[in-house]
Amino acid sequence: MSTAAELAVGFETDLLELHARKRAERTSLPLRTDEDVVHLRKHVRERAVGIGLSLVDQTKLITAASELARNTIKYGGGGAVHLDKLADGLRQGVGLVFVDTGPGIPDLELALRDGYTTGGGLGLGLGGSKRLVDEFEIDTRPGEGTAIAVVKWKR
Amino acid sequence: MERIPILRMGDLLLVTIQVDMHDRLAMTLQDDLTERIVRDNAKGVLIDISALDLVDSFIGRMISNTAAMARVLDAQTVVVGMQPAVAITLVELGLTLHGVKTALNVEKGMALLGKNLNR
Repeated sequence: MSTAAELAVGFETDLLELHARKRAERTSLPLRTDEDVVHLRKHVRERAVGIGLSLVDQTKLITAASELARNTIKYGGGGAVHLDKLADGLRQGVGLVFVDTGPGIPDLELALRDGYTTGGGLGLGLGGSKRLVDEFEIDTRPGEGTAIAVVKWKR
Repeated sequence: MERIPILRMGDLLLVTIQVDMHDRLAMTLQDDLTERIVRDNAKGVLIDISALDLVDSFIGRMISNTAAMARVLDAQTVVVGMQPAVAITLVELGLTLHGVKTALNVEKGMALLGKNLNR
């Protein structure tokens, strides 16, 4: 495990602090290899179980995390992910912020559409992940990088 | 190298996925399965995913592709044991595992393969 500072990827984005005031805890992990994705899934599962997300919501969040982590590695050339425990009054949630310093997404609307891919995949990663979480925000800048923040709240 | 074991039973191949697969492991399984179908002259492939708590688009695509490759090699594939939460997530993600036969458990999957192979 590394600190957020060690994993800073040089792409300045407000999404990193999107839920700063609701954040109770942050774990930051590198995203470089296949194994990092498996590692992240394990961490997300632990955190989701920790706040008592239902099994279906756990599965949705972990699946979204897996898709987005793969995007960070495949299209963003690797980066980092920040895994947050969120508390908003009595409401608890798990937040994830994926950051890379890749080429950015030139046409966001197109990238969010099901079936659109530039990488030979199924093109379900972005649009599909968005459906699996409660909050989904993207900050992408051509030539600088992409940050994606998602949140799943406990119902 | 890490590998998922493939068991042969008559002209069927059985695979039970019990680990959280990273992408390379999934691709290795796909390669191993197609090779074994030819080498063992297998007519059916049963993939048990009851221990998998996640099927994302990569693993989903691996399963679809494996079934398609098996079909071209004259073998049928049945995927069994999908957890309900995984099924819900899969469909919401937009994956339908088009062209893949499924059964609730190993027993029903074997019966389906047996029926399709006229035994």
